[in-house]
Amino acid sequence: MVYTLAPVTAPVDSVEDVARLLSPDGTRLPDRHLDAWVADVDPPALRGLYRDMAVLRRVDAEGVALQRQGQLGLWPPCRGQEATQIGSARAMRREDFAFTSYRELGVFLTRGATPADVVLTWRGETHSSMDPAQVGVAIPQIIIGAQTVHAVGYAMGIQRDGAEAASMAYFGDGAMSEGDVGEAMVFAATFAAPVVFLCTNNQWAISEPVSLQSRIPLSRRAPGYGIPSIRVDGNDVLACLAATRWALDRARTGAGPAFIEAVTYRMGPHTTSDDPTRYRDAAELAFWEQRDPLARVEAHLRAIGEFDDVFRDEVAAAADELCGAVRTACLDARTPEPLTMLDDVYAEPHPALDLQRERLGAYLASFADDGEARA
Amino acid sequence: MTTLTMGKALNAALDRALADDPKTLLMGEDIGRLGGVFRITDGLQARYGADRVVDTPLAEAGIVGTAVGLAYRGYRPVVEIQFDGFVYPAFDQIVCQVAKLHYRSNGRVRMPLTIRMPWAGGVGAAEHHSESPEAYFAHTAGLRVVVPSTPQDAYTMMRQAVASDDPVVFFEPKRLYHVAGEVDLDAPLADAAPLGVARVVRPGTDVTVVTYGGLVPVALDTAAAADAEGVSLEVIDLRSLSPFDLDTVAASVRRTGRLVVAHEAAGEAGLGAEIVARVVETCFDALRAGPVRVTGYDIPYPPARLEAHHVPDLDRILDGVDHVLGRPSSFSAVTR
Repeated sequence: MVYTLAPVTAPVDSVEDVARLLSPDGTRLPDRHLDAWVADVDPPALRGLYRDMAVLRRVDAEGVALQRQGQLGLWPPCRGQEATQIGSARAMRREDFAFTSYRELGVFLTRGATPADVVLTWRGETHSSMDPAQVGVAIPQIIIGAQTVHAVGYAMGIQRDGAEAASMAYFGDGAMSEGDVGEAMVFAATFAAPVVFLCTNNQWAISEPVSLQSRIPLSRRAPGYGIPSIRVDGNDVLACLAATRWALDRARTGAGPAFIEAVTYRMGPHTTSDDPTRYRDAAELAFWEQRDPLARVEAHLRAIGEFDDVFRDEVAAAADELCGAVRTACLDARTPEPLTMLDDVYAEPHPALDLQRERLGAYLASFADDGEARA
Repeated sequence: MTTLTMGKALNAALDRALADDPKTLLMGEDIGRLGGVFRITDGLQARYGADRVVDTPLAEAGIVGTAVGLAYRGYRPVVEIQFDGFVYPAFDQIVCQVAKLHYRSNGRVRMPLTIRMPWAGGVGAAEHHSESPEAYFAHTAGLRVVVPSTPQDAYTMMRQAVASDDPVVFFEPKRLYHVAGEVDLDAPLADAAPLGVARVVRPGTDVTVVTYGGLVPVALDTAAAADAEGVSLEVIDLRSLSPFDLDTVAASVRRTGRLVVAHEAAGEAGLGAEIVARVVETCFDALRAGPVRVTGYDIPYPPARLEAHHVPDLDRILDGVDHVLGRPSSFSAVTR
């Protein structure tokens, strides 16, 4: 059967070709698919979403500042992606489980990460301080896309447990080029695994634009695997919340996987080591500044009389408090004893490593003797 | 006691593991209705269902990666990589995820995966079907790497691998799949030698020969031939490549003063190099000759018609023995 003889000529569709519930100027737009999924979001709930996004933005800025001050080795900013992260994470329940990349700070905070969890890894004190069982988030992944197959496997476990839960796979537009993501979608579709793929299309994989990764919108790939998909405005927290609720509900009720492409923009660099001025132009940044995820919620709240100075101050105080705790956790961090780097390589004893632990211990002890001798 | 081939012993071990723990499951290509290309999982899907013995899509990173997710959820997956040479697409998942997640999570996340694969040559297979990738995995912290050489070990070590809270790369010497031996199916696991302990399979006094997997029977034949010439070889089956049992090897070298390591993987940066180095580090004083490695050549696995020249055989191991005894050998003929 011939599906088409017409070659695709447009690399990707317009970023405006998305489902949304809040326009960039804060106007509430109807959407026949998404409206029902946020019918319960009243003004206090909307203020809560705004608060989470505003706090996230401040903590993210704090991370950048701490890196610039030499307190962190690296920081992966997420400014601009607050709506995608908060909207999707707020759709999750306690029993759901997320597999993320390194940039999902909003997901970590929403799931219960501590201030120390925010900085210790980037400070280089530990590979991960978060307890996956506590926060419902796997160890954040740096290998691009590798976590998507884990999410599918976890979902296969949920199926076997007969639990009403789902797993979430967070990844970026660059990850869509990785083989693991393709394999994840094959497995998810084959086994109807209760997993939600959330692709944060922030337009750039370090210096490579999404047009280099795909000739078609990323969300169009999923149906090819037999997975329904939706492309939403990733700067619209309501749309992200609604789409994720829809997808999680499908997954939890046995209808199988779903795919969400959240079209957003990484306003800052890939990491603090990156220099996006070498590959992005100012006009593009200005375009996305007009689509700021926080500004549109604020505009909407103001329009319905739900945003005043008291609320603004309350949000600022919450952000200050968390940022203070993050800064304290960073500055108070104590580097683990050197011997601990040999811990947890194996769950069970390993003679070669035990020998190395003895040797390192003796070597370190030899310095202690020197110190005593000098004293 | 019962007599089983190694293939049947592995099947019995997997059967036992599935029966003992509902959280254990098998995953791989063709392992269900077909029972695996070597029939190691024969009959298990019929017995335990398609949710416990899972035929997967043809995607090695997907097989290992989903097993990682299942382990996060508390499952104990046993995955089959169909052939040694097909493991490379899953390499990232094995070395970056399976091996490191316990460490990266400060011990909070356990990865009790068993990664099985038919391994190495000697059966006249096609390209990519006879490889010895053990050094890649032994080099990776966080993985245990084991190779049985008898049906009893295959049975016991598979059960130990599945029970281990560490990930285990389990190489199955395909040339031994059809070799039968006595197996005690009911011996308590607690009484068995732990995973990680080598075994002196033949005591001797003149030269220590260290090997594993399909070359263990070859080394025993070599020892019999050497014995006829009045040379006594002590043959050690490593059983575990990571960790490898330095104590057993070193104790033997201290007795014999001479070491030959034989494996069919390429010699360069192979297991033999590690074993020789550790022996030199720990018992240099006991050595009466420089150790020798008898290995596959540093080439991609050759076509099947040439593999007999590549894989160490009785004569090549004897050649190595000659060298450490100070006799003329191919090693001494060409020195530089």
